[in-house]
Amino acid sequence: MRYYAPEFMVYRDEERCIACGACARQCSNKVHIIDEEKGKLRAEEENCVNCQRCVALCPTNALHIRHNPNELRLNYNWTQKAVKEVEKQALSGGVLLSAMGNPANHPSYFDRILLNASQVTNPSIDPLREPMETRVYLGRKPSKLEFNADGTLKEKLPPQVELDIPIMISAMSFGSISLNAQKSLARAAEECNTLFNTGEGGMHRDLIGYKNRAVIQVASGRFGVNKEYLNNGRIIEIKIGQGAKPGIGGHVPGEKVNEDVSQARTIPKGTDAISPAPHHDIYSIEDLRQLIYSLKEATDYKKPVSVKIAAVHNVAAIASGCVRAGADILVIDGYKGGTGAAPTRLLENVGIPIELALASVDQRLRDESIRHQVSIVCTGSIHNSADVVKAIALGADAVYIASAVLIAMGCHMCRTCHTGLCNWGIATQREDLTRRLNPDIYAERVANLLKAWNHEIQEMLGGMGINAIESLKGNRLMLRGIGLSETELRILGIKHAGE
Amino acid sequence: MKKVYAVQNLCLNCKLCEVYCKTAHSQTKNIVKAYKEEVPEPSARIVVEGDNQASLALQCRHCESPACVEACITGAMQKNPKTGLVSTDETRCVACMTCLAACPYGIIRVNERAAMKCDLCQGEEAPACVQNCPNRALVCVDIYEEAER
Repeated sequence: MRYYAPEFMVYRDEERCIACGACARQCSNKVHIIDEEKGKLRAEEENCVNCQRCVALCPTNALHIRHNPNELRLNYNWTQKAVKEVEKQALSGGVLLSAMGNPANHPSYFDRILLNASQVTNPSIDPLREPMETRVYLGRKPSKLEFNADGTLKEKLPPQVELDIPIMISAMSFGSISLNAQKSLARAAEECNTLFNTGEGGMHRDLIGYKNRAVIQVASGRFGVNKEYLNNGRIIEIKIGQGAKPGIGGHVPGEKVNEDVSQARTIPKGTDAISPAPHHDIYSIEDLRQLIYSLKEATDYKKPVSVKIAAVHNVAAIASGCVRAGADILVIDGYKGGTGAAPTRLLENVGIPIELALASVDQRLRDESIRHQVSIVCTGSIHNSADVVKAIALGADAVYIASAVLIAMGCHMCRTCHTGLCNWGIATQREDLTRRLNPDIYAERVANLLKAWNHEIQEMLGGMGINAIESLKGNRLMLRGIGLSETELRILGIKHAGE
Repeated sequence: MKKVYAVQNLCLNCKLCEVYCKTAHSQTKNIVKAYKEEVPEPSARIVVEGDNQASLALQCRHCESPACVEACITGAMQKNPKTGLVSTDETRCVACMTCLAACPYGIIRVNERAAMKCDLCQGEEAPACVQNCPNRALVCVDIYEEAER
């Protein structure tokens, strides 16, 4: 027997409710029930996850969902959350699971960093009237350029990937999200001339048309990896770790592995898709180098190889090793990054903030004079365009976003992706639910988001008197900290506001 | 002519098209009043058939040679030769239900006064069902024009 009260309460305004039943037909958690006898609706609140699907579709705004006002005796040590988690485990005997990023009330360094603007001594720029460059090139850069007499380059440049905006869509595999969701992301990436990431679930045949806009991921499960797959993208990304759950692998339950997922992942239908915690062929930097060069060999050295690591305590040293192993792009994922499912304890307790990791990696690579050998992409809870600007000023070349694009596709952060019952058709493979995500609509919404952020980035750059995003990269003089300690400022490499 | 078409693999079975159709054909144009207060109660001219596994919105096809027009005993049901719209003149309709029986799609409703069917929301930018479908599962297009494009 369950000892805890339902987390949410469903309030229905009977004056407004027309009993159309849309809420009941839309709820995969079976919260709303049509009472034919009374011609009314009622709610089974213990099933509610607060995904807001019913609220969004209710034509008369008759619904709202609230946290259950029921309270335990006030205790700042044993909070309601702590008590409920113990009760849940006493009932199930299992590991607690969560999804999306870390919900804990930890400080955001981005929010404690302020941007500069031009006044008097240097002119600001109006991006609506003057050119403003947000194009970035990802890939290893040569340490010097030598030219022939006719002005052509003596040596061939390493492969570069051009993006019109410094924002890419982060890895979300087919299996963890639906094909319609991936299609929406791929189309949005094409529209904005940026990249989406296949995640580690292989590539569905319907996405091959978007191969020029794909980052192909190779993770510890090696799902769907073959020569053709590797050549179906612009960048190959070796996923070592994920910010939401550094140090562990992944597990897509067999129920989610339907015909399509099984084909994309090249595993039997209905079997669990298990990604081991480590890559079993990578136990050292030398091993990583072998994999990087195997992948480069398989793609004729035409594609940059990226290595994605979670931000952990020794991230700067690890990053340096990855660059020396031959990574052309380094992705750092902060501890607030999202996931489709992770053990709650890991999600809430492992890793370090992306801002600190990014600053220390950039500084370390500069100190070792190898910063030009790699492009840095940072990710893990980028909330808005100001975060993008701050990340670039701290040393990133570009950022990856995922939670924000999911929100653009309807996600309301109910954090129950792992149940496979996503009412918005994102984190599910159930056909009646994935149908709810029309790629025509959601590609538009995601592209709108990317374009809006890019406009804002241009405005902020203009305010600082900068006309190209490349001039902002690592330009930490444009940043000031507010309410940060000496240690935090030192690691971030920025001055305090007023200095 | 432009007609409403349903895209079956996008239909959510939410039936909001019915709600907005009913409201668009009410006196007050207010959802709550249309459902709870208006007498006679207005009715939707679009019907979603099926369940969450497979559903489809049905509405008048505005046929080339409409069985309802042929069957109409008073001449109330007419096809506009210019626009192609099939509509009923409520002042002439006697609610005999012959059109209802004749319609091969079963999408004509008859109340105590007159037959009711999709009028493609004349005067509006697009039919209410199309405007309010949350998944763009309903489109209002001329398929012959679309094919030429």
